[in-house]
Amino acid sequence: MNNPKRTIVPFGPQHPVLPEPIHLDLVVEDEKIIEAIPSLGFVHRGLEKLVEKRDFIEFVYVAERICGICSFIHGLTYCLAIEEIMGIQVPPRANYLRVIWSELSRLHSHLLWLGLTADAFGFEALFMHTWKLREKILDIIEETTGGRVIFGSSKIGGVRKDISAEKLSEIVTKLNRYAQEIKEITDIFINDSSVKHRLIGVGVLSKQDAYDLGAVGPSLRASGISMDTRKLGYAAYAEIEFSPITETSGDSYARCRVRIRELFQSIDIIKQAVEKIQPGELEVKVSGTPKGEFFARTEQPRGEVIYYAKADGTRFLQRLRVRTPTFANIPALIKLLPGAQLADVPVLVLTIDPCISCTER
Amino acid sequence: MKIFVMAFKVLKSLFRRPATLGYPSVPREYYKNTRGKISIDIAKCIYCASCQRKCPAQALTVNKLEKKWIIDRLRCVSCGYCLEVCPKKCLAMENNYSASALKKEEEVFEGA
Repeated sequence: MNNPKRTIVPFGPQHPVLPEPIHLDLVVEDEKIIEAIPSLGFVHRGLEKLVEKRDFIEFVYVAERICGICSFIHGLTYCLAIEEIMGIQVPPRANYLRVIWSELSRLHSHLLWLGLTADAFGFEALFMHTWKLREKILDIIEETTGGRVIFGSSKIGGVRKDISAEKLSEIVTKLNRYAQEIKEITDIFINDSSVKHRLIGVGVLSKQDAYDLGAVGPSLRASGISMDTRKLGYAAYAEIEFSPITETSGDSYARCRVRIRELFQSIDIIKQAVEKIQPGELEVKVSGTPKGEFFARTEQPRGEVIYYAKADGTRFLQRLRVRTPTFANIPALIKLLPGAQLADVPVLVLTIDPCISCTER
Repeated sequence: MKIFVMAFKVLKSLFRRPATLGYPSVPREYYKNTRGKISIDIAKCIYCASCQRKCPAQALTVNKLEKKWIIDRLRCVSCGYCLEVCPKKCLAMENNYSASALKKEEEVFEGA
């Protein structure tokens, strides 16, 4: 650092806007960011190693606890990997229930993100209103699975809990009502001038950069690339009509809009799933042990998650590797920061929806 | 320029009841499915220790000789796997949470 105008401002690991620890060394010139150097590893728990101590059926519980927000989809992806290795055909009803819970999880995660972002740009009242809506989604989740954020309803071979037909129609009625309330709140994000002032044109990620740096999820789609892992058709997504939501401008506002539009898309997917779900078995009996390896890919609220599982025919897996969406989005974040103002850093860090406990496992 | 988009929302909220519950004077009602805490019907227990072996959080200890079933409430993650593996189905999931712990101690259930 020979340039006397430049200084390093540490950001994190403890910072008021960050719920979880990530550290960035920001090289600044006046208030302008020149470079950002990340350091990770503050909450590493070694959960991948734990796969050698917990048998493959028990590990679903550990996989779910990798992340506190996208917990259900973590568990689901692990189950998909093991089911593929063992050649288990999951009953259709279980697949539809998995879709419904995945989308409920996306709803609550995106509402959480909207609230945190409002908080990051100093709009405390909007944060409270958004989280009020999230609480209602959490109530639906608790009523159907038993947990607020840790669902515990996915297991190898199917699902643990069922949702009755009356309950399903009640959920749709509730969601129709909540869609109105969500629209009221998200209109503020889209139209309010102070929100726009903080988001439009801030942290632009070009289409080429997003693709080259391997960004995933809403961060990728906001830059105009139509890529959504749900289109692979895992669980029952193959039978549901939807198209990935994209925006073109690639700035923070675009990332916000993608997530807002995904809220309504999730509600629509749940409605389609409720229409198409048929009575039937919830699970198939699992016998034997897995032998082989598989990459399972699913779409979490934050983007694509990859589970690599390798089994050697014993009850304990040989290797499990989790590539989480935030890990894939960190290079994109580092690209976004140079050129931004120091005051915009909290908002920019939040626009990739960082989930550090996921990333460090 | 829309400056007062939020103002209408705030004004509306001023004339509504609070969204929060007023806990603890208004009790929080749990759902039937809520995973709260594990309870045991100790008379039915055969001390096979299946729950101890399968517990992902290693919160359970079963002592066959002394006929004791011990749970560390602070370790238990209320996943309910012990309920699934119990051969006598003597475990149950209550939908209310356990009381706040004042010190780290295990809860011991003793069989006759």
